Amino acid sequence: MDIWVILGPVIMLFLVLGFVTYAILFERKVIGWIQNRVGPTQVGPWGLLQTVADVLKLLIKEDIIPRKADVGLFKLAPVLAFIPAFAVIAVIPFTESIKFADIAVGLLYYMSISSITIIGVLLGGWASNNKYSLLGGMRSAAQMVSYEIPLVLSVVGVIMSAGSLNLTEIVHAQQTGAWFIFPQFLGFIVFLIASIAELNRTPFDLPEAESELVAGYHTEYTGFRFAFFMLTEYTYIFGMASLITILYLGGWDAPFGLTFIPPLIWFILKFSLFVFFLFWLRATMPRIRGDQLMEFAWKGLLPLAIFNIFLTAILKEVSFLSHYF
Amino acid sequence: MLRTEEMILNVGPQHPSTHGVLRLVVKIDGEVIQEAEPVIGYLHRGTEKLAEDLTYTQIIPYTDRMDYLSAMTNNYAICHATEKLMGIEIPERAEFLRVIVMELNRVASHLVWLGTALLDIGAMSPFLYCFRDREKILDLFNELCGARITYNYMRVGGVKWDAPIGWLDKIKNFVEYMREKMKEYHGLIMGNEIFLQRTKGIGIVSHETALSYGLSGANLRCTGVKWDLRKHQPYSIYDRFKFEVPVGTRGDLYDKYVCRMQEINEALQIVDQAVEQFPEGGAIMAKVPRVLRVPEGEVYVGIESPRGELGCHIVSKGKDKPWRLKFRRPSFYNLQILPTMLKGQNIANLVAILGGIDIVLGEVDG
Repeated sequence: MDIWVILGPVIMLFLVLGFVTYAILFERKVIGWIQNRVGPTQVGPWGLLQTVADVLKLLIKEDIIPRKADVGLFKLAPVLAFIPAFAVIAVIPFTESIKFADIAVGLLYYMSISSITIIGVLLGGWASNNKYSLLGGMRSAAQMVSYEIPLVLSVVGVIMSAGSLNLTEIVHAQQTGAWFIFPQFLGFIVFLIASIAELNRTPFDLPEAESELVAGYHTEYTGFRFAFFMLTEYTYIFGMASLITILYLGGWDAPFGLTFIPPLIWFILKFSLFVFFLFWLRATMPRIRGDQLMEFAWKGLLPLAIFNIFLTAILKEVSFLSHYF
Repeated sequence: MLRTEEMILNVGPQHPSTHGVLRLVVKIDGEVIQEAEPVIGYLHRGTEKLAEDLTYTQIIPYTDRMDYLSAMTNNYAICHATEKLMGIEIPERAEFLRVIVMELNRVASHLVWLGTALLDIGAMSPFLYCFRDREKILDLFNELCGARITYNYMRVGGVKWDAPIGWLDKIKNFVEYMREKMKEYHGLIMGNEIFLQRTKGIGIVSHETALSYGLSGANLRCTGVKWDLRKHQPYSIYDRFKFEVPVGTRGDLYDKYVCRMQEINEALQIVDQAVEQFPEGGAIMAKVPRVLRVPEGEVYVGIESPRGELGCHIVSKGKDKPWRLKFRRPSFYNLQILPTMLKGQNIANLVAILGGIDIVLGEVDG
């Protein structure tokens, strides 16, 4: 047995934790910049230790469980939400050599495992025995179920073009043809919107709509349990940013023949672009309403995703285009 | 048929979007509101009762605390009512200073509304932009009277402080700056499809309903009723300025938004004209006796505050203190329509509609 089998995931865990720490700081800096503020500056140089201090604060906080909460489920919920968030990272190839599990159905694995988080969120909302939490939990269940479908259908185009569910194969297909963002543009748009809804980010942050539901499903959570929910959210940003890079932005493929820049750097650049895009949206968009969100998913995105499948299937048969599809 | 149960949700008094200490008891079925009942009084300080033991000058700082987003108009209401009962003529310069500060305060108040109403529907950045610009107005007020929120600036017979040297130029610069910014905000907000979706056709009030509930201010004007006390019952020197009264057509949230945005522009226009016509020199206080003994009688004055008709009713028995004082506080009257507006709405619209009414709890509770 290779030592890397043990060591790899441990390193990955720390990498993800590091990403979450600095993604939060980056988010606050970006939003601060957009809003004429400076963001955190006090803890460490440029506020670099701000999130570390915040996490430490959360860890040493008193662990409060409401008296009338369902204690077992209340404790289970954050764990149930977090485990799949970290488990999905296993199938993501960062470069040709840096990857953990190169399974044949990587994409399917990602989609199915990530759905489990909904149960954690729903349980958290239910077990808190708080009406705001309940409403938040219900909203997120409704939202995630609605958006899962266009999300999965939008990648069918990619699967048809690449002819594989393996994420490494999908990148290889893009290295020989074009990045899927171009031939699969419609699918990309649907995927982008659905992924933001999946991540519960603005403008689809209904489950934790601060101005309506106080904090949504995690209203009653404090300390490290709350930290787990936050960690879940940001780990999914990590996962989704990686996935969108692989599926549509060519993964570690270097554009314009700029191969002297290492593939990992290319991956990180594309990845950061999506993360920045998320934070940018948060600073500029109001929140959409629940019924509008449902309507948008079922009447807007779903037909578009299905249309994209047809389009891909037809264009694949056109001889001079088939190279790209 | 699936059996569903209604749930009673208590919103506030500690809730991020009730704009202070408003409490709403909402009966919801799923996310649809069946009934909503506002519970008020968490900020009641009994201003009207307290005023019976205070001399007229002493009442002024109390009025600052009613509508704390536009304290200048409150100051004006009590001063104007007292002056009317005593028959005092106000010096020209004082009138101009009053109009300038009242209109700037209207801009500041509407900016707070714009920021918080958009924050309620989930947009975070406008809040910070609006507060940045409001800060400039507060700085101007600070320079004029030494206070940022509770000004205590006006007196019966005039104003307390004269404009410092260079203050009017700063106002002029600010008006220029604000006009540019208004264009920018208008572009940023009107171009946002989600904003339009969230506000168009939401919280519609017909003009009959609006009139029967006694709404005033932008809440009334957005339904298409052209009623602005500055125009239709001119007080102070408003008849000297050219300005429009913006009205809506449908009476939904979107119209409220458009009305208030235009009101900011009109207020800036009034400030601009007032600065142009500002008299050189002259007194800022009329000759008033040291102890204000108001002759026996009653008076009611209504003025246009940023939130609507702010009325002040004084009953005097000839003493140096009012026998009875009553404020018609527009936020209180505007709030009464909330249960009607909320019936059948989604819970996400609750905060949007409440934000659209633009209440100040200090004024609701009095």
